[in-house]
Amino acid sequence: MADIAIIGDRDSVLIAKAAGLDVYFETEGERASRLISRLAREGVKVIFVTEPVYAACGEVIAKYRSETFPAIIPVPDGSGPSGVSMAAIKANVEKAIGADILFNE
Amino acid sequence: MTLSYKPTRMEMTALKKRLVTAKRGHKLMKDKRDEMVRRFIAYVRRNKELRERAERMIGEAMEAFVLARASMSAAEIEEALCYPASGAGVAVGVDHVLSIEVPKFSFVRSGDVGYPYGFMTTGAELDEAVRRFTEVMPILIELAEVEKTCNRLADEIEKTRRRVNALEYVMIPQLEEAIRRISMKLEENERGNLTRLMKTKDMLNAKEQSG
Repeated sequence: MADIAIIGDRDSVLIAKAAGLDVYFETEGERASRLISRLAREGVKVIFVTEPVYAACGEVIAKYRSETFPAIIPVPDGSGPSGVSMAAIKANVEKAIGADILFNE
Repeated sequence: MTLSYKPTRMEMTALKKRLVTAKRGHKLMKDKRDEMVRRFIAYVRRNKELRERAERMIGEAMEAFVLARASMSAAEIEEALCYPASGAGVAVGVDHVLSIEVPKFSFVRSGDVGYPYGFMTTGAELDEAVRRFTEVMPILIELAEVEKTCNRLADEIEKTRRRVNALEYVMIPQLEEAIRRISMKLEENERGNLTRLMKTKDMLNAKEQSG
């Protein structure tokens, strides 16, 4: 069992297998949420999820946000970055500082 | 809203002590918040930079992979990637940023860096995709660490800010108000007492003169 897992659609994450990650093919929100919970219980430290999965599993990801492990990190899938992850960084900034000082748009 | 307390000296001393503690707590908490914000800004800058880089590199890897998929059959790709040559892991530690636990990851690669397949059925496009993806792994792991730290810090800053505000705008004014009320009440009692004494004295004097 590797410490790093990746969840996403088959076409996007298959390549990660070559790098030695644990690869799970799952795009449906409910099942992906359960999968994330299971991986977290099993002690996987870093879970990469593709951005569509990240958007679909908001609830379970929010649950693990305030814990040290696992780190659930969105990565872009085959269709390129959708901006979900940048929006998450932006939300962090707004939450912590009260105003967006990084993006200035 | 005001707190109701018994107007006694003992109560007032206790309240004054609480006020001192509250003020000290407020100052410490405020300092903590300021320092957390300072560090957060540094982390979040790094986060943004890493994310941009990772997104670009993954994009390139995905592009190469799409090409590879186009030139090979799905079964061939599956077969080629089925058994990884190198294992990827993370060495996990826990770091403390102002007593907040944050993860510390460092990327560990086991096995040799190479292609996990023979060159019989695979094309150069797949090599390219695999190479690019392996390259992006250390960056992704660093990104995981920094992004998690940012999440934790943002949560914690929010909590601390709430506490600072609660102390500043609720707790401290309430205590000050209660102390003011008690001291007014005590002074009032004092004055009442004095007047009563003077009145009694007058009455006694009047009685003496008439008697």
